[in-house]
Amino acid sequence: MATPKAIVLRAAGTNCDLETEFALQQAGFQAERVHVFRLTEDAAALADAQFLVIPGGFSYGDDVAAGKIQANQMLRRLAEPLNDFVAAGKLVLGICNGFQVMVKSGLLPWGHVSADEAHRDATLTWNDTPMFVDRWIRLRADSDKCVFLPKGECFDLPIAHGEGKFVSRDGVLDRLKADDQIALRYVDASGQAACEGGSADSNPNGSTEDIAGICDPTGRVMGLMPHPERFVDPTHHPQWTRRAEPSADGRLFFDSAFAYLQQA
Amino acid sequence: MATYRVEIRPQQGRSDPQGAGVHHEIEELGIASVQSVRAVRLFFLHGDLSDADAHRVADQLLTDPVTEQMHLGSSSAPEGGRAVEVHLKAGVMDPVANSVERAIGDMGLSIDSVCTARRFELIGGVSQDECETIARRLLANSAIEEVYFEAYTPPATHGHSYELVVTDVPIRDLDDAALEKLSKDSDLFLNLTEMKGIQDYYRRIGREPRDVELETLAQTWSEHCVHKTFRSDVAVRNNAGELVEEIPNLIKTTIFSITEQLAKPWCISVFKDNAGVIDFDDEHAVCFKVETHNHPSAIDPYGGASTGIGGVVRDPLGTGMGAKPVANTDVFCFGPTDMALEDLPKGVLHPRRVMRGVVAGVRDYGNRMGIPTVNGALYFDEKYLGNPLVYCGTIGLLGREKCFKNAQSGDKIVCVGGRTGRDGIHGATFSSGELTHEHETEFSHAVQIGNAITEKKMLDVILQARDAGLYSAITDCGAGGFSSAVGEMGEDLGAEVQLASAPLKYAGLSYTEIWISEAQERMVLAVPSADVDELLAMFEAEGVEAVVIGTFGTEGRMLRLFYGETLVGELEMEFLHNGIPSPTKEAVYEKVDQASPAPPAADSYNDALLSILAAPNVASKEWVVRQYDHEVQGGSVIKPLVGVTEDGPGDAAVVRPVLAGRKGVTIACGLNPVLGDLDPYQSALHAVDEALRNTIAVGGNLAQTALLDNFCWGNCNKPDRMGALVQAAKACRDAALAFETPFISGKDSLNNEFQTDSGETIAIPSTLLISAMSVIDDVDRCVTSDAKAAGNYLFILGQTGPMLGGSHFLQALGLASGNDVAPVDLAASRRVFEALQAAIEAGLVRSCHDLSEGGLAVAATEMAFAGGLGVDLDIAAIPADDNATPAARLFAEYAGRFLVEVTPDNHDAFLRTVKHCPFGEAGRVTDTGRVVVRSQDTNVIDVNIAEAKAAWQKTFDW
Repeated sequence: MATPKAIVLRAAGTNCDLETEFALQQAGFQAERVHVFRLTEDAAALADAQFLVIPGGFSYGDDVAAGKIQANQMLRRLAEPLNDFVAAGKLVLGICNGFQVMVKSGLLPWGHVSADEAHRDATLTWNDTPMFVDRWIRLRADSDKCVFLPKGECFDLPIAHGEGKFVSRDGVLDRLKADDQIALRYVDASGQAACEGGSADSNPNGSTEDIAGICDPTGRVMGLMPHPERFVDPTHHPQWTRRAEPSADGRLFFDSAFAYLQQA
Repeated sequence: MATYRVEIRPQQGRSDPQGAGVHHEIEELGIASVQSVRAVRLFFLHGDLSDADAHRVADQLLTDPVTEQMHLGSSSAPEGGRAVEVHLKAGVMDPVANSVERAIGDMGLSIDSVCTARRFELIGGVSQDECETIARRLLANSAIEEVYFEAYTPPATHGHSYELVVTDVPIRDLDDAALEKLSKDSDLFLNLTEMKGIQDYYRRIGREPRDVELETLAQTWSEHCVHKTFRSDVAVRNNAGELVEEIPNLIKTTIFSITEQLAKPWCISVFKDNAGVIDFDDEHAVCFKVETHNHPSAIDPYGGASTGIGGVVRDPLGTGMGAKPVANTDVFCFGPTDMALEDLPKGVLHPRRVMRGVVAGVRDYGNRMGIPTVNGALYFDEKYLGNPLVYCGTIGLLGREKCFKNAQSGDKIVCVGGRTGRDGIHGATFSSGELTHEHETEFSHAVQIGNAITEKKMLDVILQARDAGLYSAITDCGAGGFSSAVGEMGEDLGAEVQLASAPLKYAGLSYTEIWISEAQERMVLAVPSADVDELLAMFEAEGVEAVVIGTFGTEGRMLRLFYGETLVGELEMEFLHNGIPSPTKEAVYEKVDQASPAPPAADSYNDALLSILAAPNVASKEWVVRQYDHEVQGGSVIKPLVGVTEDGPGDAAVVRPVLAGRKGVTIACGLNPVLGDLDPYQSALHAVDEALRNTIAVGGNLAQTALLDNFCWGNCNKPDRMGALVQAAKACRDAALAFETPFISGKDSLNNEFQTDSGETIAIPSTLLISAMSVIDDVDRCVTSDAKAAGNYLFILGQTGPMLGGSHFLQALGLASGNDVAPVDLAASRRVFEALQAAIEAGLVRSCHDLSEGGLAVAATEMAFAGGLGVDLDIAAIPADDNATPAARLFAEYAGRFLVEVTPDNHDAFLRTVKHCPFGEAGRVTDTGRVVVRSQDTNVIDVNIAEAKAAWQKTFDW
């Protein structure tokens, strides 16, 4: 089959697009960075691609709230092509600001972009300590259906955000759990989340039930606050000079997506 | 037309971290009457919206429906409390408002304008007086903001229309006093000699100057732009007033000449462009520039620091044909953050507030731009109270074939990026003068407000246009605005500018204001006529404004300014750039030796060690570092914090700017203001040595290391300040020669003096920042400073002597220092650097930490706690002079020294590598979790690493 094609969507203030493109290429994708204005003029580029990545950054300066202005743009001007993209069985991954955009445009948690429903059930809001923070944390993949990660896998990634605290409306969390949509949790060194009795320090922002990422009901649309594209080289790890066995665990996301699309 | 006021606050039961943060800071102010704080966001929508549409905008765009609730209208003061509202002054840039206006457009609605404000509801028995204190000290900055103590809805603002009035400023008949008065009254900051030079010129050409011509000369001839002090001839006298030396063109004879003499083939462009450029790999070059933004940061720490970063980012972007920024650095000097409010001089912001604001400014701008902030330093001294220093640096990456620009006659002058407003008028001249306690009000218009996203958008398109080859030259619009940018680019060509074409933020700007505005986020391109349409379309496609405002090239290299049909100003480029008179500067310097008191001998130095670890200049800066994104762009190799819990101090940063390769750039700095006032020559040597030490410690490459100098000094019209400057400049020359590390770029900020309302002048310590960038072949060879494994050997490289002048040890003991600063042995340092570099490149080093503030004791402790291990050292085994006391061996701050960890397997190979430099096998890494240093049979230091780390971390545990 032809090499899967990935689009890295960028807007004013997107700033992780180049390294995300690099990570995709490293995994084998044919990757292209596309400005959101190009899609709002003509969404045909989406039809060609199998994987849409909304990378990190500060789209529109995070003015109003993180990801909100870009989400508004997608709601008002790209709802149909995005819904078609998801319905066609393709993959969407939102990283950090991309996750914020997805939650605020409706792509998550329910995989559907609609102005009246978007951003009603879940949000990403200010960290408990309301400051931007850059640090490495440990994560555990918690969903069987999420195509980007094998359940149970634990690994380290960096976070770099101020508004990453996952909060949902009453009743929504149970629905997400029942449908196996909790894709990723912050955990401690022993692999336990704070809500399971693990170390409280392992949750960097106060997210409900230590949620670091979720997927939609199909498992093909995922968003997460940590940055997998920042751990695709062994020297990215803050302790690489100490580690006996170097690894680059962020590659897992891109490799899994590639493998999934090759099989599809 | 209607105005809707939207109030957005956290829902009942949801947390309010912003409010809680403000509450914490109110408690820090010593006000206990506030029980809690609710933070409310305010939006004002001006335009013909229906009630239903306004409701829809508020609900769907402005509110987070999960955590927040909104209210259309004005709330009264909260029950049992008071409200404070902070609104921007009219004309101050409001980036959020601009985004909201566009988003409302995306919703299919139209709106005239939006503005935003912040409201704080203070719950508790807080008095009106306390409210005012909280507003003034914490919430609002009077330079840019207004405070209201009830709900306030601002009217829609409109610029006033502008009617052209061309103004001549008669100067030909003025006497000296009148010339000086004119310079002062018009904020030109030109001295009498310069004013007379201008007067002579206009007498010669037989007319009076236009206002815009005088302004252009003032900007171009400002200290900030032309560095006239550094370029002047200097007469140096001793304390008896005898002439001891005459130096022609200080910078040329010292720093420039050494770079020329070293003639390194890897230097591509030095001291010519907006940043210095050196080789990186076969396809790329890297460039580096460090700037200061001190005066604006004193008045508005947040705005000043953010535009400082914004400004220096535009330097690499304006270097050659444009470099992509790949890393930022920042170095700050503040007054003591624990100072009592009542001890502050009038007109000075509290250092804690300055620090919070500056850090937030750098954070918000740098993070939004997507440039990792990877290296920096913080320094504290009471003399920085009125003059905090904010150094910002940017490293850029550009194609080797893109290192030079070449504007041609006939090229169009294209302005891209942000719009021009009244912000930052007189920034260049303001930054060249002294601050007074009245500056906060006088010069609020000199403060610029940045909008990082405007700059990021512009950057994205400029790099595309560069790669498409659509322009022939580029430069940044920094200090002096268009006047400097067009003036510089057109120096050899001449230029005609149509000022009425510049896009404005609001109507009403005069031609002079347009010409000298320092509104942020603008660049100027020279574009061949044939490429103009394609270039403009490229910018339009991503929503970035680009407008042709003139043409390069005139007969006789003239600068001609038009407003519509009217010629409003005309200057010869020759006079503008070469007409500045250069009088000889007077300098006085003579060192009179003053020995430090001998510290009492002691059996244990545990307390001194813990006290130094907690000293603000040594303590952990994690609170700052974590707020910066230091990993964006995916090239991070060595981070600012290292070790087994990722919170130990790193020596330097390493980044890999080309993701597909293994080559890297190391970034390090050195500064030591406390030595600056004791011995400016040795202080500068120490700064260079420290920057290089840090470079070598992580695996840097001395053979391809470039240096940058940034001098922040007091008023150099005073001969003693000038004398110190000469000493420091000579030290830069001597050090660069000894290490063969050329300077490639530099900048100075003079006149950092503050006049209090009682008339006292506080000058900053002479502060030289040296930044170092080296290019390494393989980042996999890099090392960090954290101890790796028990049983490994610890070596000390470099010689220790007896002198303690200026050391943190004396400070910790509360002893006044003499000027017996440890002298730097440049040749010895170089031998150590080269040997250590060879050892690291050969893979013989497990960890390495340089010895600097606090000497060996502090370095060993940091290495131990960063590794979660112990160390056991014997001070008899360290290479030291016979007269070096145990205290000196532990705490002296001699240059050129390292603590190095080596595995038993590599012990012998390491010994062979370092045998030609002073070294000592001083001990071992242990698993005891204790730092033990022995002197004969006594443990002169024996502390637990947890205790040591806690002392180091608690100072800035904000």
